[in-house]
This record gives sequence, C-alpha cells and structure tokens, in this order.
Amino acid sequence: MNEHSKLARFLPNLWLILAIVIIVFPIWLVFTASTRTSADIMSAPMPLTPGPHLLKNYSEAIMQGSKNLGASAFTMLKNSLIMALGISIGKIIVSLLAAFAIVFFDFKLRSFCFWSIFVTLMLPVEVRIMPTYKVVSDLGMLNSYAGLILPMVVSATAVFLFRQYFKTIPKEIAEASQIDGASPMQFFWRILLPMTRTPIAAMFVIQFIYGWNQYLWPLLITTKTEYYTILIGINRMLSGADVQIEWQIVMATTLLAMLPPALVVMIMQKQFIAGMTDTEK
Amino acid sequence: MSTQYEFKSRWLPYVLVLPQMLIVFTFFFWPSAQALWQSFFVQDPFGGKVVFVGLTNYIRLFTDPAYSYGQSMRVSIAFAMAVAFLSMAVSLFLATQANKKLKLGSFYKTMLIWPYAVATLVAGVLWLFMFNPNVGVIAWFLKHKLGIEWQHLLNFNQAFSLITLSASWKQISYNFVFFLAGLQSVPVDLIEAAAIDGASPIKRFWKIIFPLLSPTTFYLLVMNLVYGFFETFPIIHQVTAGGPGKATSILVYKVWRDGVINLDLGGSAAQSVILMILVVALTVAQFRFVERRVNY
Repeated sequence: MNEHSKLARFLPNLWLILAIVIIVFPIWLVFTASTRTSADIMSAPMPLTPGPHLLKNYSEAIMQGSKNLGASAFTMLKNSLIMALGISIGKIIVSLLAAFAIVFFDFKLRSFCFWSIFVTLMLPVEVRIMPTYKVVSDLGMLNSYAGLILPMVVSATAVFLFRQYFKTIPKEIAEASQIDGASPMQFFWRILLPMTRTPIAAMFVIQFIYGWNQYLWPLLITTKTEYYTILIGINRMLSGADVQIEWQIVMATTLLAMLPPALVVMIMQKQFIAGMTDTEK
Repeated sequence: MSTQYEFKSRWLPYVLVLPQMLIVFTFFFWPSAQALWQSFFVQDPFGGKVVFVGLTNYIRLFTDPAYSYGQSMRVSIAFAMAVAFLSMAVSLFLATQANKKLKLGSFYKTMLIWPYAVATLVAGVLWLFMFNPNVGVIAWFLKHKLGIEWQHLLNFNQAFSLITLSASWKQISYNFVFFLAGLQSVPVDLIEAAAIDGASPIKRFWKIIFPLLSPTTFYLLVMNLVYGFFETFPIIHQVTAGGPGKATSILVYKVWRDGVINLDLGGSAAQSVILMILVVALTVAQFRFVERRVNY
C-alpha cells in the first residue's frame, strides 16, 4: 500500500476516532443513565439516548443522594474537595520547605532526611494498611479531615522535582540576596517561590488528581457518612442487590465525581503534561 | 552540576524539614516497623494475648490452603502483566497515529489525555455498568445477539477479562502521554533517511523508532506493573470483590481483606512485608534504569 494514498492518510484518523469512541462510550452511557428513570435503566436494553430527567436526577443526587446511603453528593463532593486540596497543597508546602532545606543549607542530617523521604516511595499505603490505620486511630483521627489528609502529605516525587529545580537556579541569586541583607526566609518567600511558579503549578495538577482519586485510605478511616468522599459514596450506593440500586442517582453522582479532576486536566493540560513527564526524571 | 549557595544557620534547616519528617516517621516508618514486628506474632482479634511465633505467619501463607496465597500471587502477576501489555500496546499504537501530521491532532490528543483524571474506582464503575448482567448494555448485547451469558461474579475468565479491560482502559492516557513525548523526541531526519533508503513504515517503526523508545517503554513497564499490583485495589473491590470465590483476590486486595475484614493481624502483616519487598524490587529496577539512561 502506498503510504501517501488517501486511504493511508485517513487511516490514523480512523484509529484515533475509534479509540476515542471506546473511551467516551462508557461515559456516554453513564450520562444517558443519569438522565433517565430507574425503570428505563432496568428495562434491558437500556436506551442509548438521553432522557428528560437530567435536572430531577442531578438535583436529587446533589441534595439528598441515594436513599440507601444517607449522604448527599453535595456533602461528598465537599469532602473530596477538602481532601484533594488538603493533600495537594499540603504536599506542595512540606515538599517545598524540605527541598529548600536540603538544597540551600548544609546540615548534619541532610542526607539522612533526603533518603528518609526517598524511602517513602517504597512504602505506599497499600503495603502497610493495618498498622497505619492503628496509628491514625490512636491519634483519634478516624472520621476527620486531618486523618484523611495528613498521612498522605508526603511526596518524594515533589521533593525530587523541587530539589532538581532549585539546583538549576544560579547560585549568584542567593548570594546576592545575602549581600543585600535578606534573611534565608525572605529569600525563600520573595525570590525562590515566585521563580518556582511553573513546577508548583505542574505539581498541583498531578497531586490534586491523586488526592481526589484516593480510595483505599478513605475506605479504611471513614465510617461516618458525613466524612464519605464521593468515591466511597459511589461504592456504598452500589453495594446491595441490583434491583435496589438507584442507578440514575449513582450515575449522576459518578458523573459529578469525574468533573472536577477532568476540568483541572483540561484547563491546565500544559502544566499537567509537564508535571507528569518531569517527575520521571 | 555546581552545588547551590548555602545559607548559614544551625537551626533553620531542621525547622524546615520538621513537618515532612514528622509525617514520614509517624505515618510511614512507624507503621512499617509495626508491620514487620507484627508479622512475627499472632494476636487474637479481640485484643487478647500476643504470642511470638517466628516465621509461622509467613510459612502459613504458603502452606495453609485457607490462605491460598500462591494462587493470589499467580493471579496478581497474570493480571499486572496483562494490564501492562494491553494498555501499553494500545497506547503505543495510538501515540504513533497521533504523532502524524493530522488536522485534528490536538483534539485527538486532548481526548486521549483527559481520561487520566478518571479515578480508578470510576473506571471500575463504568465497566461494571456496561457488563452488569441485569442492566449492562454490553452484557445484554452479548446475551441476546451473541448468545454469551455474562456472569462475571460466577465465571473466572469473565471476571479476569473485566478487571483487565477496565484497569487497562484507565491506564491508556498515562501511557499515551509518555509514548507521545518519546515519539516526539525521535529525530525526524533519521526517519526520513530510512524512508529514502526504501524502508517501509512498519520496518522503520520496528528497526528505528521502537529501539529509540526503549527507555520510555522500560519506564512504563515498571510503572504499569506497579499500577497493576498496587493501584488497582478499587477495581477489584468494586467489580469482583475478589471473586468468584477468591479467584481474583490480587495481593493488595487480599492484604486488605485478611486484615480489615478477617482481622488476621499476623497474616496481614506478613503479607504487608512481602508486598514491601516487591515494591523495593520494582523501585530498584526503576532507578537502575534511570542511572543507565544517563549514558544513553
């Protein structure tokens, strides 16, 4: 086949459109279901076009939630947002401070601190479920925002990224700030932080999505509905027999759960790609 | 690289690293040490006596049929490899297509990248909704048009296919971003030279482009295996609950279930330690590669 023929030039479009259809189809189904009645969904096969109940289903999901759950999507979205912002901003702050100390100061425990942070890469929550639960429970942080956020506020990747970036800053800049009589913290706030805007934005996108999509940890430590995150809520709504599930409410909630991180990726696509590929270094 | 300018202060650096260190020690090191410690003890779930049992917890994992740990390991490896292979192959193919000069190129890229934002749990829910035996559109289609009864809660092959498909679906965007970045850094003149020499597009891909992509491919292989082993818990929890029976209880699902549901602290701790060794091995593999790439 001639690679410059019309067909050959069109073929990539065809493949990519097919892939997009495969990616979008399940989401389209969720959207369709979220605009229909429970009866529509249960009548196999479910219609593939949207129905007239969009407003009703979404307002019911947001205000009340599924009957078997007792938490509204509003509460759960709020919890997810607090958790995602807490984790992403928390990670960025502690990582910036740690990277600043490790790069700009010479102190005895410097390499110890660096390696301690490095080792956390090898200790994801999945491999220390029970004892971490015990620690958080001993600290009285079950069913609390602190419990959802604090144990996640470590990021070796963020420390690496900021450390790497700080090292590329010409040393004359810090030197000059010293000669001008600025304290190290003044240098940090007024000079270093504004210079680090781009890596911070990239980190924020990655860590916001990471935070929003946390599942195992909230599953362990939230037992009260007022602390359920949106993902935990979806799982709880789906437990039970198929006939009792209010599919239209679950699907509306699922779509709502996808929106915030999707918007962040679409709006900040450039920073997002930078963040993803830079952390590889 | 020259070292950075260093400020003089005895106490300030310690204040700066303190928050990070407090969290690292409280929520990472202390619990991990606890897991290691507990793996040598047996405790009854109601807070009774704790007895030192040496390696018994580890030995039981592999000998006691009630644990079926070997089976869990096999299905985890099969699952992680299936996900890594499927989603990397699809992503690489899509990235080669999207790397061509196309009118709608940036539209395609956006559409393929944003699903990264979809939570692993949501990926599970989406596929579950399509394949639910009662309400699923695809399950209906399979049954009424192809005569295939879809019952992933009863049929292992169907359960395994469903978790593999949903886990791979979710990972496509991640792999796509890296493969696309890798492809964009392949020198164009190299490809053109090969084309002038008469190499077919397929030959150009396998002989020139694919070898040049090998660092990206290796990095993604490790990341996808880590994803398959450790980050797919939500999909298992939502889609199959480890079933049918225990057939899709991958290691992370099992460590959760034995600890949280069955309250077997010793057994769960021993599994945690085995998982730690696995992560260390994967991390070392990844950093070996980073070191090698410096000379690349």
